This record gives sequence, C-alpha cells and structure tokens, in this order.
Amino acid sequence: MSENKKIGADALMTKGWLGAHKWLLLRRASQLGILALFLLGPWAGIWLIKGNLAYSLTLNTLPLTDPYVLLQSLLTGHVPEKLALIGAALVTGLYVVIGGRSYCAWVCPLNMLTDLAAWLRRRFGIKGGAHFSRNTRYWLLAMTLLLSAATGTIVWEMLNPVAMLHRGLIFGLGMAWSIVLAVFLFDLFVSPDGWCGHLCPVGAFYSLIGKTSLLRVHATQRAACNDCMDCFAVCPEPQVIKPTLKGQAKGIGPVITSHNCTNCGRCIDVCSKDVFGFGSRFNNKAEVSAPQGGATALGNRS
Amino acid sequence: MEATSNNQSRRQFLLDVAKTACGIGMFGLGLGLYARQARALPPTAIRPPGALAEPDFQGACIRCGMCVRDCPYNILELAKPEDDLATGTPYFVARDIPCEMCEDIPCIKACPTGALDHQLTDINKAKMGLAALVDQETCLNFLGLRCDVCYRVCPVIDKAITLERTHNVRTTRHTMFLPTVHSEHCTGCGKCEKACVLEVAAIKVFPINLAKGALGEHYRLGWEEKQKAGASLVAPEIEHQYNLPEGYKYEQGPGLSGEAAAPAAAQPAIPKALHGDQL
Repeated sequence: MSENKKIGADALMTKGWLGAHKWLLLRRASQLGILALFLLGPWAGIWLIKGNLAYSLTLNTLPLTDPYVLLQSLLTGHVPEKLALIGAALVTGLYVVIGGRSYCAWVCPLNMLTDLAAWLRRRFGIKGGAHFSRNTRYWLLAMTLLLSAATGTIVWEMLNPVAMLHRGLIFGLGMAWSIVLAVFLFDLFVSPDGWCGHLCPVGAFYSLIGKTSLLRVHATQRAACNDCMDCFAVCPEPQVIKPTLKGQAKGIGPVITSHNCTNCGRCIDVCSKDVFGFGSRFNNKAEVSAPQGGATALGNRS
Repeated sequence: MEATSNNQSRRQFLLDVAKTACGIGMFGLGLGLYARQARALPPTAIRPPGALAEPDFQGACIRCGMCVRDCPYNILELAKPEDDLATGTPYFVARDIPCEMCEDIPCIKACPTGALDHQLTDINKAKMGLAALVDQETCLNFLGLRCDVCYRVCPVIDKAITLERTHNVRTTRHTMFLPTVHSEHCTGCGKCEKACVLEVAAIKVFPINLAKGALGEHYRLGWEEKQKAGASLVAPEIEHQYNLPEGYKYEQGPGLSGEAAAPAAAQPAIPKALHGDQL
C-alpha cells in the first residue's frame, strides 16, 4: 500500500478481473436489483413490490418491515397492526441468519455512494480526516431509541439519509439529495468510512441483530496470507479482520465473528491467496497444530 | 509505573466517553427540537382519512407510502424534507386535489401500522379536517349571489354544508343563502375548497385543531338542558318582564312600571306597512 501499488493488483493477476470482482459485482447486482424491483412499480407500472425499505408488500402477500423503525414506533407507545409486526419478524429472522450488516452491503442504496467515496479516497490518495470512535453509532442508536420514547416521534426517520434516499427515489426526491450529498462528501473529505462505519444507527441496529448470524466470512487459509494488506485497505470495517487473520497463534478460530463485518466479500475478491471465503459461524476451531495445512484445506473447500 | 498508565488510560477512556456523550447529546437535543416542531401540521396539509391525532401519528406512521400507492385517485403525497410537515409522512392539499371518499377506504386498509386507524370503516365518519367559510367578504353567497358551488359538491350535502336563509339587508328584498358548515358531519374531504370559484377559496379545509372552537367544559346550553329534562330547570318558570323607558308602553303586557298595555287602537296612526314582519 505504501509504494502506491494498486490495491488488489495481485488478485487481478492471479484471478482475472471477473474473479477479483465477483462479490462486488454480485453485491451491486443485489443493491441495484432490489432498488429496481421497488422502482418497477412507479416507473413501469409493474407492481411486484409496493412501499419502501421501511415497509413493503411483495406480490400483495409478503410483508417486510424495517425492525429498527418499528422498534422506535413501539417505543413511542404505538401498537402497530399485525402486518407490520409480521414483516419485522421476517426481516429480523432473515438477518439473524445472513448477518445483520448484510443489509448494509447488499441492500442499502446509500452504501453504493459511500463505497464510491471510499473508492475515490483510495484512487486519489485522500488521506486522513476526522477520527472518532466506531462506537459512536451505538451511542446514536441508543439516543434515537431514548428520544423516540421521550418525544413520541419516530425520530430517526426525521433525518435518516438511507430512508430519504430510498423513499426519495421511489416517491420523489425533493431536497433529500442534499442530505445524501452531505453524507457522500462527509465520507469523501471529512472522515473515511465516516457514515457507514462510524455513525449510521441503522447499520448499528442491524449489526446487533446479526450478532449470532450463521453466515460469516472466514479466513480458513490464513496461513497463506502474505501480508499484502489489500484486504485491510478495501474493508469498510478493517478492525474486524485483524483478530481473525492474525489470531491463529492466539488460538482464535478462522471465522470473522465480529457483528460489524458487513459480509460484503471484498476481502475475498482482493486476496490473491484466497485466504477468505463465505461459510457458517461453526467450524471455528483454531487448529493451531496444522500451520501448513493450507493447501489441503483449500482443496477441501472448493 | 503500572498504576500511572492505568490511571492515564482510565482518564482517556472517561474523556472519550464524555466527549461522545456530549456530542450525541447535543445532536439529540437538536433532533428532539426538530421532531417537536414537525408536529405542528401546516394549515394546508390534510392527513388521509383515519389518521391518528398528530402527535400520535408521528409515532405510528413509518413513512412507507402504502397509503399513497393504494389511493386510486393519487391524491396523497409523502412530505419531502423541505416541506413543512414531518418528512416522509402522507398528506394532501385540498385546493389541489381533494379526497374522493372511497367507500372501501383503500388507504386505511393499506396502512400496516394503524397510523390510519383501521377502526374507521365508514368514510362518512372520517375527520380528515374541517371546512370553514373563512372569508365572508368574498364568498359570493355572502355577497347575495347564488353561487352555491361548495354546497352542491359536498358529498354530505345538506348535512355537512347547509344553506341558511337570511334577509338581504342591502337589497331589502332578497334572501341570502349562506353556506354553513356543520362539524358533526363534515369529513374534511376538501371538495368544497377545491370547487370554490374564487381566485383564492373563501371556504377552506383545515386540520380540525385549527378549525374548531370548543366551549368551556362547564358550559351548558339552557335550551338543550331544558329539552333533556323535559321541563324548565328553573321552577317555577319566571315570566319575562319588559323594562321600557318611562312613557313607553309595551303592547303585549304590562311593563315594570306596572301600567297596562295600551290598547292597539290607541296607538298613533303608523302606516300599517311599517309594522314590517308583523304583517
């Protein structure tokens, strides 16, 4: 990274462009695809999905509710109708399985813009900026919940740039673009991964749902790591990688267990040594005794 | 040595916590005040039928827009960040496009949270707002014409809006038909405001808290109490007495001065026509 080497160049050499962008492409397809399904109604009159990320009804039968918004509503003292509750249960169940912050990487439309900001930062070598704790988001989360209870208003929806962007694209943007732009510029110039990685209480909420999620990224081939640091450079939550990648000696298992891993899979893409892969949270034994078992495990995995 | 570094890191930790807590607290204060302000519904924004009272609505509506989607006449909109009401919440502007009062109320059925109250099943009982004839100086009926448009378009005609007849003092020989809104029946659909023929509507729909007055809770209307009781509550009923200036006499009975009413014949000869409505 220090010698201005392009991040992921090694992976590009060994795996080819498609191989080095597989999960990124799938992720964009998912984000854009979900957005397209929502837009198909208002733009083309094909109503597969009605509503927005706060609540939607698919094919007039499947309700999906944002559990964070609904929790704020419950805290104001309102008891919602059944459909909203069922929808929230379904969404919660889904993210308990696939990892809460998969929402951030695979669904959230704002993520594409903050990813772009992060990419521009790397591309043009924009360094530094304001640093503050990544736990700020949990403070914000707690504040929105307390404030919802105190004011009787669903407070985060007054400001939520994620909801404003998504709702805006579907129902009319108005001045919402300015708030979205502010988040983008904040990430670009003020704080790296500032919004998604430090502030967004929506992501913080989903991370808590996904605390015990089944689907996890693991570093089974960590013995093969050549310390190129590319995964750290592209990861929006790099602090989640280190304990696992460098933890073999300490007896830490190969699964990235941090609930702030967004399951974006970029580390899998940029690693030329195929250290990472998707898997379950089980099989998390440290296997200290087999330091060079990499080659066989690789064969077994694929 | 160990103790000092421990102390320092504890200090740093407490400082960091205080810093974050203060920052978040400040932000929360701003957000709370903003949320508080956004509760004041601007006078032109009317909520869909069945909407809970505004403070409750703010805690119940998750801004999904399902009501907007299921409105067959596309009258509803979600507030944009620059609008005067809580961003993302549904509303309509009566002068632009009023509520058509669908009998099956699809917007309520679509609401997943009950921010639009599912108890409301009869659209005629909806209270989206309340019409008020706010400008008697420009209302054509108040000027003595027979416009009547607000009355004619009212879906609850003759109940929510009636034409009250009164004498036209200006022309002395015509009747004025004054559109009069009755809050008991008005649903706040906004058809009257939309239809008003003036440049700026003389009849407007407002959120109910802006349009409706309220009597003091201890107020009792004597005539209603009398009807409820079936008889006068003041017993025995006091006969009304007239107090006229000295020398004047009341033709129908003795005044307080005790003098008997002068017989009609004894009255000065006033032309009969001037007795007005007694004829």
